[in-house]
Amino acid sequence: MSQDLKDVIQAADPANVATINFGPTHPSTHGIFQNILKVDGEKIISSEQTVGYIHRAFEKLAERRPYNQITPITDRLNYCSSPINNIGWEMTVEKLIGVDIPKRVQYMRVIIMELARIADHLICNSVIGVDAGALTSFFYPFSEREKIYELYEELSGARLTTNMGRIGGFERDFTPVFHEKLKSFLKTFPKAFEEFDSMLARNRIFMDRTKGAGPISAERALSYSFSGPNLRAAGVDYDVRAMNPYSSYEDFDFIIPVGVNGDTYDRFMVRQEEIRQSLRIITQAYNNLPEGDYKADLPDFYLPAKADVYNNMEALIYHFKIIMGETELPVGEVYHAVEGGNGELGYYLISDGGRTPYRLQFRRPCFIYYQAYPEMIKGLPISDAVLTLSSINVIAGELDA
Amino acid sequence: MEKQNNQEYLTAIQAAFGADVLAHEEAFGMLNVELTPARIHDAIAWLQQHQDLSVNYLTNIAGIHYPESEGREFAVVYQLHSWKNNLRLRIKGYLPKDNLHIASITDLFAGANWMERETYDFFGIIFDGHPDLRRILNMDDMDYFPMRKEYVLEDATREDKDDRFFGRNNNEL
Repeated sequence: MSQDLKDVIQAADPANVATINFGPTHPSTHGIFQNILKVDGEKIISSEQTVGYIHRAFEKLAERRPYNQITPITDRLNYCSSPINNIGWEMTVEKLIGVDIPKRVQYMRVIIMELARIADHLICNSVIGVDAGALTSFFYPFSEREKIYELYEELSGARLTTNMGRIGGFERDFTPVFHEKLKSFLKTFPKAFEEFDSMLARNRIFMDRTKGAGPISAERALSYSFSGPNLRAAGVDYDVRAMNPYSSYEDFDFIIPVGVNGDTYDRFMVRQEEIRQSLRIITQAYNNLPEGDYKADLPDFYLPAKADVYNNMEALIYHFKIIMGETELPVGEVYHAVEGGNGELGYYLISDGGRTPYRLQFRRPCFIYYQAYPEMIKGLPISDAVLTLSSINVIAGELDA
Repeated sequence: MEKQNNQEYLTAIQAAFGADVLAHEEAFGMLNVELTPARIHDAIAWLQQHQDLSVNYLTNIAGIHYPESEGREFAVVYQLHSWKNNLRLRIKGYLPKDNLHIASITDLFAGANWMERETYDFFGIIFDGHPDLRRILNMDDMDYFPMRKEYVLEDATREDKDDRFFGRNNNEL
């Protein structure tokens, strides 16, 4: 914040201070959460947040649901990149029960998770354009996201809340249509993406609007436990994929882009570069996709094929045991984190050996970094607060759990 | 410098906090250290400032309710991360149900603010020194702490969701 702005804030005459509502249902909140702003003219003096409008008590719900029924809950955290949430949860359970996942499954997961990251970042970045007044660039990425959703659909049957995968692998292998669509996506996406990029990245108006909007220093971002693109935009190269590689991320060559100023423009640029890197990862994983099974040998958790259930005694027994929750589970506490669309998405699972978790806590990056918002927008005009909000990509589902 | 491992962390913590280290274990590769609740704030501050241990990142704070264990009904779990050594560890403190006070670490990590508010909202644990300890996800006028085990989900009429079928209270089956 510049000295001028500080003076404005200090000099604010109580008679000139207005209190306004930014949200709960403001077009640029992209979800329901309220900010009560105190403004002097256009300048924000202070703000107070209210969250929890779509709190659905996921952690409580999870205590009454068997492990496989928790995957659909995770869909509804960051619904812009549900597959990352799903797979993160499945890997947490796999860590608890201690199972070796075939290399093919790990690569398949990487492909799906990076597709989800592309979909997530595409939406976020195109929405930054909208909030800066550039509506055209919002429509371009949607046809690309549509292609990603078709890939999800091919693999899980669903598009938004995907319930992707199972504990131990996937519900089905990549289908021929999936292969076809993925190949065509890898071929056409880079061009379309660069077209989108060219509309905003070096656009004079866009740069003027986003540079210096909602900055945060690396030091403050760390103190606020930021993670993901928002932290990297501030210049800290923390990425769970590199720090604690999971699902064979160590096999791939990719860089972690970082920004300098931690402002809206840097966040935009970091996400743009991450999309390119995700594409590189997908290409590497797809070209080197190992042969093998699309699921681990895990009869205690992975439902047998329906045909086997009808014709095979053993399969019937396992089916019954899984559905009735008769499976022995280890006792213990695990924490597993994945790099979600918005940062470190962690699952802290406490098992007492029961059919459901004794306690399951979601480390939700949105919830943790959104508390820094008042600090980021202090002294800025309201229009910058709008941009800041869209560029930190607060997803109400993840915020409120 | 060599990267420090769990054992070295444990040794260092034990050397510095001696009798306040009540228990420790390694669970799935992650070091768990139970400390006297009153000393947790100091321990986290010490870990944060320590040159070699350098615990610089607060991953999350979780509350847990163990209604059966008398005198230590509530646990507060701090998951921390040292990037220098790429090591995660858990600091735990157990509180009796009639004295749910623990020092806030908002002065050490700004991000602890909402994490502590959430833990208060869910379990009623009071973080002393927190600048603004209010409910965060639930309504302000809610008069109970919903994540406590005595508040079961409203599916009491459903027999298939009975606790007996969740691998607990087997004696009743």
